[in-house]
Amino acid sequence: MAITRRVLLRSAAVFGTATGTGFPHLWFKNADLAMAANGEIKVGVLFSLTGTTAIIEESLNKATLLAIEEINATGGINGMKIVPVVEDPASDPATFSEKARKLVVGDKCVSVFGSYTSASRKAVLPIFERQNNLYWYPTLYEGRECSKNVIYTGAVPNQQQDEFVPWLIKRFGPKFYLIGSNYIYPKEENNYCRKLLERHGGEVVAEEYVPLGHSEFASVINKFKSTQPNVIFSTVVGDSVVALHRQYRAAGLDPAKMPMASLTTSENEVAAMGGEAAAGHFTSAPYFMVHKSPENEKFVAAYKKRWGDDKVTHFVSEPSYFQVYLFRQAVQKLAQRDITPPNIRDAVKGAEMIAPQGKVRIAPENLHTSLWPKIAQAKSNGQFEVLVDAAQWVPPVPYAAYPGQVCTERGLTQI
Amino acid sequence: MDQFIQQIITGLSIGSILLLVALGLSIIYGSMGIINLAHGEFVMLGAYAAWMFQQRFGLGLIESLAPIFLVVAVFGFVIERGVLSFLNNRPLDTILATWGIGVILQQAVRLTAGGELRYVQMPESLSGSAEIFGTSVSLYRVFLLVAALALFGLTWLLIQRTATGMKLRAIIQDRAMASAFGVNARRVHGLTFAYGAGLAGLAGALVSPLKSVSPEMGTGYVVDAFMVVVLGGVQSLVGTVFSAFILGELSSVIAFLQNDTVAKTLVLVAIVVLIRFRPEGLFTTRLRT
Repeated sequence: MAITRRVLLRSAAVFGTATGTGFPHLWFKNADLAMAANGEIKVGVLFSLTGTTAIIEESLNKATLLAIEEINATGGINGMKIVPVVEDPASDPATFSEKARKLVVGDKCVSVFGSYTSASRKAVLPIFERQNNLYWYPTLYEGRECSKNVIYTGAVPNQQQDEFVPWLIKRFGPKFYLIGSNYIYPKEENNYCRKLLERHGGEVVAEEYVPLGHSEFASVINKFKSTQPNVIFSTVVGDSVVALHRQYRAAGLDPAKMPMASLTTSENEVAAMGGEAAAGHFTSAPYFMVHKSPENEKFVAAYKKRWGDDKVTHFVSEPSYFQVYLFRQAVQKLAQRDITPPNIRDAVKGAEMIAPQGKVRIAPENLHTSLWPKIAQAKSNGQFEVLVDAAQWVPPVPYAAYPGQVCTERGLTQI
Repeated sequence: MDQFIQQIITGLSIGSILLLVALGLSIIYGSMGIINLAHGEFVMLGAYAAWMFQQRFGLGLIESLAPIFLVVAVFGFVIERGVLSFLNNRPLDTILATWGIGVILQQAVRLTAGGELRYVQMPESLSGSAEIFGTSVSLYRVFLLVAALALFGLTWLLIQRTATGMKLRAIIQDRAMASAFGVNARRVHGLTFAYGAGLAGLAGALVSPLKSVSPEMGTGYVVDAFMVVVLGGVQSLVGTVFSAFILGELSSVIAFLQNDTVAKTLVLVAIVVLIRFRPEGLFTTRLRT
């Protein structure tokens, strides 16, 4: 149909009346029902299945799909099925942004579950803010973000470090060697670590960053030997973790005297480096596969049954799993015509559930999650042994390293 | 003083890994003039072969070295015969073809072996460390140094002292004239490429206990290998050895004084500056042209 002046005028008139009366759905049938129509709720699943971070993101994709399948098998949400639209952003931030736009604008998903790296989260953020849609981000990250359009279910620095750093000082000594991959996450974590060290009487003997994907740690290990720190505080990521651990072991260093304390080494990385290289080192995270709880046993059994007996669950796949249940809880509270991203966000504020790691809660003010930090030591069988379990959940403080800045419902505020 | 010795030894170790990885490329690029962008994938194949022998047949790394060499060499031979021999004297097409082969190999490995990171067990006897000049050094790194030098020696003997090596040298000098004297250039090329590929596979297998094994691992190695070969002088095997150890020492020292990010940058800058003023690299072989 050619757009003539008459057509244009007519539609303008209809549109004007419709919005003017405040009841557009009376005029445009199903206009607001499109997001949850025909007994289906469409959600996007946006994890890289190819490219450099596919190794880990594939497991997040699997945990997300498992939760969706479980919910659908038990009747869905108020009788409606969750329909996942899976896209592969190929570990590339530009593709992330393109696929996110497709999911939000094209497929009209009410929420998208996705991302592992901070770079990919930052790439999709503008789309979710502009479209006022909702992004569920399961990864531990550096904090310092305050968006009304992201639900953060992974840990922020205060949740991984507040207990960990003093514990390490007490057990091994005050001298820390900070080593990380060269990008934003390790720098922010180390920035916070320095503050904790100051507070608890520790000191930094060196702070160093290696290029992403770096695999030759001979010089770094020499520096470990010459500076003799009590603790090697590691935020190295990806395959570099594997190279660092294997070369540490080959160099004959002893984890009992100079352990690596990591925020990034999960069961997944341990499987990739072999238990003997990981044994004796420490990780702090809210979840470990060996955690004893009925919810976790159920999760691990279901995961293995669905995806294979040799598969492991870890501290990013667990939030990928439970955040879908939080999504269900929020949508359940809404009438079908109210299922829109802003309403889901409002409904998830303050939501609680028993996750595999323990009872979690979405903080209404910053949409991050109260979690249960744990300190664990890797063993040669590829699993961890949990040594310290938080006595109570730890609320998220996304701006912990920046005194005076607080994330509130109105956005970032200065006090 | 202690630290100084330690850094020198570390540099030797980094250099030996560079040499291992570059040796195969040096043969292929230097003697055949083929810019083989799939070199990194040959390294990756070697690492995966080591993983597979260990996983499937329970073979230790040392025992599986010979079969790994053979497997990757045969693979290289097939690729030379099937693709590259049709692209003689078409360097641009060769670059594209080897690049494509690399991509195909990466995806093929991802589909068959899976995308997860893998690892290869270090031989138990080499997992300790030794005291050298008062500093402790990983035995495995010493082993790598010895292996790299041994492979270089072997390669040098093959080229300088065997009939096939002599034919290869003749072809490098003048292919048409060598053919006129009855040298089967096609056969020699196939064998050379296979040998180079086999060396790359060995390199992959040998470094795998220290590093991670993944379908994308080749990308980093191919850059390293080209750096070494270009700096050393394209047709000089001895140059490859020197440049590998120079680069190893250089990055070791800079990484110790500064950090690895700075080391990587400065080493690349140094190479760029050097080839600006000496495009033929540090060592050159005189050719009849």
